[in-house]
Amino acid sequence: MTVNVSVTVNGIRHDVSDVEPRLLLSDFLRETLGLTGTHVGCEHGVCGACTVLMDGHSVRSCLTLAVQVKGAEIITVEGLGTPEALNVLQAQFREHHGLQCGFCTPGMLMTGEDLLRKYPHATDQEIREGLSGNLCRCTGYQNIVAAIRSAAAIRREKA
Amino acid sequence: MKPAKFEYVAPTTLDAAVEALAAANGEGKVLAGGQSLLPLLNFRMARPAVLVDLNGIKDLSFIELRGDSVAIGALTRHREIEHSPLIASRLPVMSAAMRHVAHLAIRNRGTIGGSLSHADPAAELPMMAMFYNASLTVQGPAGRRTIAAKDFFVDALTNCLEPEDIVVEIEFPILQHDEWAFEEVARRFGDFALASIALSIRRGRSGIEDARVAVMGVADTPLRLADVEERLGEIEVDGRTPDRFSEWVMSSVTPNSDLHASAEYRKHLLGELARRAMRTALAAKGAILR
Repeated sequence: MTVNVSVTVNGIRHDVSDVEPRLLLSDFLRETLGLTGTHVGCEHGVCGACTVLMDGHSVRSCLTLAVQVKGAEIITVEGLGTPEALNVLQAQFREHHGLQCGFCTPGMLMTGEDLLRKYPHATDQEIREGLSGNLCRCTGYQNIVAAIRSAAAIRREKA
Repeated sequence: MKPAKFEYVAPTTLDAAVEALAAANGEGKVLAGGQSLLPLLNFRMARPAVLVDLNGIKDLSFIELRGDSVAIGALTRHREIEHSPLIASRLPVMSAAMRHVAHLAIRNRGTIGGSLSHADPAAELPMMAMFYNASLTVQGPAGRRTIAAKDFFVDALTNCLEPEDIVVEIEFPILQHDEWAFEEVARRFGDFALASIALSIRRGRSGIEDARVAVMGVADTPLRLADVEERLGEIEVDGRTPDRFSEWVMSSVTPNSDLHASAEYRKHLLGELARRAMRTALAAKGAILR
């Protein structure tokens, strides 16, 4: 049994047929659509590397079935900015050296985006709580917190 | 780390969902937020033949005031409960507990019906169901029935439902109390609790008129400590109350040792959290702890 999935990813509508219901959203994005910016770490919802935005809210793409995102709007790290024009949060990650090996970065960015939208006035403690579901094994958390704090300040100024 | 094959059905009514589940002959599983089920599927610890996705049933998601209770639809996301002004004003302890429920992305997907059905002994929502003496409405092939929270949680990760039952809504009676506290310690913020306590009281002239106490992380299910509640009603409140309360709470539980903490540590931790909770609850009115 296969199903059809129509979903908007980074503003582009995709109509994909023959999707197995057991296909995870993470594999759908990477294998079916070729969007390999979304990283797969633990595949059981612990590491946060595969986090994407679904209808504006961060979700684990390894804990969501592709068939469940029918009609939804998905944003992946490819939808944030381009190498030539990074978005505010990406630029602050670069500015503050908020990444080392880069494996956790897509998940950190997508969680950071959700955090900035839901809690624009987040304190450092709240930023840390918000990031608690994302693991960085380079353990560069200080700079990630600094990048999000700085992006929040810039967005508040612009607002 | 990929799920095994299954049939997928996405009914748009509860009746159709119950029917699909019954037709699966015990080989079916309900998919709500999927934040506990998907890891089990990915690990292939669960291999259901049929997955019944409830996410298309719109009238399962609501938070509403119903007389002296607040009713919450089973498909309501943790995020919605966390940010609900109604929950904050009528069920303040639950509101405070919500920020300890897993992590941001999990709260965006996870549902109250899913969390209760999963029945993790160190999860906040099952504890809140016990704390508020909630009742769960479930629907099966024979129709609807209501189950008290204390009868719902049978053992660790075990509820009293039949395979074809689906949780529909949960009703939380509002406590007519004036002070409360919620304390929890987990190894990492948002992880399952090593120990946690919820306390709510109504102050009388010299003592405590009514008290509610629940704990988790220290038994196979969350526990309501009715004996401790009663003893609190029998004492004069003074500076020793937090210490006495701490002792009563500790003597009411017999936790197990596991990978994360020894039994002794969990008990000690719970005692300390109990002391803090009572200090917070009493301090809120001021001038009690001289």
